[in-house]
Amino acid sequence: MKVLVPVKRVVDSNTKVRAKADETGVDLANVKMSMNPFDEIAVEEAVRLKEKGVATEVVVVSCGASSSQETLRTALAVGADRAILVDCGDADLQPLAVAKLLKAVSDKENPQIIIAGKQAIDDDANQVGQMLAALQGWPQVTFASRVDVADGKVKVTREIDGGLETLEASLPAVITADLRLNEPRYAKLPDVMKAKKRPLDTTTPAELGVNVTPRLKTLKVSEPPKRQGGGKVADVADLVNKLKNEAKVI
Amino acid sequence: MSAEREIMEFDVVIVGGGLSGLSAAIRLKQLAAEAGKELEVCVLEKGSEVGAHILSGACFEPTTLTELIPDWKEKGAPLTVPTIDDNFILLTERRAIKMPTPPQMENEGNYIISMANLCRWLGEQADALGVQIFPGFAAAEVLYDEAGGVRGVATGDMGIGKDGQQTANYQPGYELTAKQTIFAEGCRGSLTRDLFERFDLRKDAQPQTYGVGIKEIWEIEPAKHKPGKLVHTIGWPLGAATYGGSALYHMENNQIAIMFVVGLDYKNPWLSPFEEFQRFKTHPAIRPLLEGGRRLAYGARSLSEGGFQSIPKLTFPGGLLIGDTAGFLNVPKIKGGHTAMKSGMLAAEAVFEHLQKEDAGTEVTAYSDNIRKSWLWKELYEARNIRPSFRWGMWFGLGYSALDTYLFRGRAPWTFSILPDHEEIEEKEFHPKIDYPKPDGVITFDRLSSVFLSNINHEENQICHLRLRDESAPVNINLKKYAAPETRYCPAGVYEILGEEEGNPRLQINAQNCLHCKTCDIKDPTQNIRWTTPEGGSGPNYPNM
Ligand SMILES: Cc1cc2nc3c(=O)[nH]c(=O)nc-3n(C[C@H](O)[C@H](O)[C@H](O)COP(=O)(O)OP(=O)(O)OC[C@H]3O[C@@H](n4cnc5c(N)ncnc54)[C@H](O)[C@@H]3O)c2cc1C
Ligand SMILES: Cc1cc2nc3c(=O)[nH]c(=O)nc-3n(C[C@H](O)[C@H](O)[C@H](O)COP(=O)(O)OP(=O)(O)OC[C@H]3O[C@@H](n4cnc5c(N)ncnc54)[C@H](O)[C@@H]3O)c2cc1C
Ligand code: SF4
Repeated sequence: MKVLVPVKRVVDSNTKVRAKADETGVDLANVKMSMNPFDEIAVEEAVRLKEKGVATEVVVVSCGASSSQETLRTALAVGADRAILVDCGDADLQPLAVAKLLKAVSDKENPQIIIAGKQAIDDDANQVGQMLAALQGWPQVTFASRVDVADGKVKVTREIDGGLETLEASLPAVITADLRLNEPRYAKLPDVMKAKKRPLDTTTPAELGVNVTPRLKTLKVSEPPKRQGGGKVADVADLVNKLKNEAKVI
Repeated sequence: MSAEREIMEFDVVIVGGGLSGLSAAIRLKQLAAEAGKELEVCVLEKGSEVGAHILSGACFEPTTLTELIPDWKEKGAPLTVPTIDDNFILLTERRAIKMPTPPQMENEGNYIISMANLCRWLGEQADALGVQIFPGFAAAEVLYDEAGGVRGVATGDMGIGKDGQQTANYQPGYELTAKQTIFAEGCRGSLTRDLFERFDLRKDAQPQTYGVGIKEIWEIEPAKHKPGKLVHTIGWPLGAATYGGSALYHMENNQIAIMFVVGLDYKNPWLSPFEEFQRFKTHPAIRPLLEGGRRLAYGARSLSEGGFQSIPKLTFPGGLLIGDTAGFLNVPKIKGGHTAMKSGMLAAEAVFEHLQKEDAGTEVTAYSDNIRKSWLWKELYEARNIRPSFRWGMWFGLGYSALDTYLFRGRAPWTFSILPDHEEIEEKEFHPKIDYPKPDGVITFDRLSSVFLSNINHEENQICHLRLRDESAPVNINLKKYAAPETRYCPAGVYEILGEEEGNPRLQINAQNCLHCKTCDIKDPTQNIRWTTPEGGSGPNYPNM
């Protein structure tokens, strides 16, 4: 059984992002990029399925600029067998376009399970997995915190308000990974070396027959207003005075 | 330590992916390709990626880069801002007095660069030549063979909890063995320090002395920005007794690098390099430049200031030292980038030749000879008296530097001697406490909000990498005699004294804030603090520093 894992190259989670001075977007110049943390979890789960003998091959795919190869190598170093880069240059990729690209890849690869991250930490859209399932006409189980595969079915546990919910879906299916699904392993040094030799194929949206022209327009990206420092009031009278005349709330 | 460590064999292992280490790796691969030989070279880098731990000025002399990669322009090296306008200024509290630029500080033909980005680019070049680069793996231990020579290094174990127990993610370190191991750890390398002791490499050298450089990147109003402009200042806010100064470089995209260096031979234990820097930014000649701008990045790193007379023995059986861990920094020029690269290339050439021999694991003495024959040696020799002359204060230093430079051209028949920095610090009674102004949150900041901009990643559940030899010294010596100087010299606020009001003082170490600058390892009065490598990938994630 083949597992396909889409992985996205995003701003590293340790980085403090800032809006560009002209408010057209997030400033990505000189910013460290890494694999979306939820995708690391998705890769780890796929590799564990392989180690358990459930899966036979783990294929990772990323849509983005050629720099996404680095992200794919990271996935190869922790146990993925093969990688596919959908080279989109510096095109502005939106969730629907990514879902369509992934569907095209999936049609060629015929995986039984697709494990995506529940959301990418840059845009926080939480859409790709769901759109992909809809495009495929496959069942979807989102926010997985436990995955068990048996007899052509997958049982997925989800953390919901006040408890756990367990769903069962028939395969093929799309699963999206939540934070507590597993704790990704450290890459092993020899595997980092081997990852460089594992196959990494490149394709393009044109080859896949997908139009990735954006449909949504970003009007403005701005930073949250700076928090005003607090001040100490001398007594109740001062407080009332300030509320009335400075804050103008009473 | 673990029994079941896997062994990986290479021809050459390089510890540190800075300019020196990457230049050595590239040169080795070039030589191997020219000779049609196979050569397995790997580079270990403790940062999460190449460049993540690199902090420098940087005004860069491209001569050595041209020697290494003549077509660097075509290959897209990140050298895009030529220096144009050089200024040397003496600050008093209110005034800024323009001085003639000393010849060592003249910068024609140089570039204002991000050294971190230059390292990233060199990393790509090295990768393309087949060098195995392992970012996120720290060399934690030197490995010795039976005869006592170096046979490689071991990476640290991953996944050991605070309590010293293995976590679910435990992964033992690896032993990387090689015929020659090149140590390129940059200023105050943690393994280099062990090698100094083991092979007594500092026997004939003066003690190394250091400075700590604290740096911020600002985006300023376009009208105030002039790409390629350089400003160096000395004087205020440091008193004439403390060596130090600032550098302010206009980079691209309306960004400026602004940094402040304080000589770690300072005597007053109340001094805080961080606060001196913050105060510096409020000078009437500096503040207007920053007003209306925003701070983008923060970091700190030590640099070697000993120069020529502090260079240790460079080779030992199975290994050698290159770059700033050996102290190849030209202090009056405040440049160590081109010298780091040169030493790396010279080492590579000597090592490559040596590897053709039967006994490839012996000492590569040819490297030291090559260094002595190179322009690098001459350059450092001529600059040797300038920094030490500042021991007698700024005015003497300035006067002597002028004399040394213009009259003797570095050929004065004497060489000044130096003391180790930690011995220079004096007890708190002898010095006035310094009252630093409170940060305004606009131009000046506190340390915590600064460290926030260093993008630190540090797995909290790991053993503290700042080791104390004597657990009682922080209170019984540091606090009692020196008013706990580590709470002030650490630019990240890692050290705090808690419980003083209750009469039960103790040292708290916030290791997760560590910027890997190594100042504590240098300046602790009794050398009680030892900086060791935390889990690979820990530490800052510097952008274009
Ligand atoms: C300014 C800008 C810069 C961009 N730079 C890049 C870049 O450097 N690299 C890049 O890959 N994309 C880049 N993109 C593309 C774009 O951000 C996303 O592909 C798209 O917006 C979907 O992300 P999301 O947060 O909406 O996805 P979500 O729906 O939140 O993502 C959920 C999951 O879907 C999968 N997924 C999402 N996107 C991808 C993908 N591209 N490839 C594989 N799996 C994916 C992952 O498993 C992810 O966890 C950029 C977009 C913009 C606007
Ligand atoms: C504030 C400041 C300003 C400066 N300005 C200039 C300037 O304008 N021009 C100039 O030419 N020079 C300047 N320098 C000096 C210059 O930055 C250094 O001389 C140069 O970086 C030295 O290169 P290196 O390769 O020896 O060490 P580094 O650049 O320090 O690189 C060492 C690398 O090794 C890694 N490492 C260390 N120990 C280990 C280990 N045990 N395991 C794995 N990895 C390890 C580190 O993470 C780092 O990436 C400045 C320095 C400072 C601090
Ligand atoms: S703990 Fe030491 S090495 Fe770390 S930031 Fe502070 S002074 Fe620098």
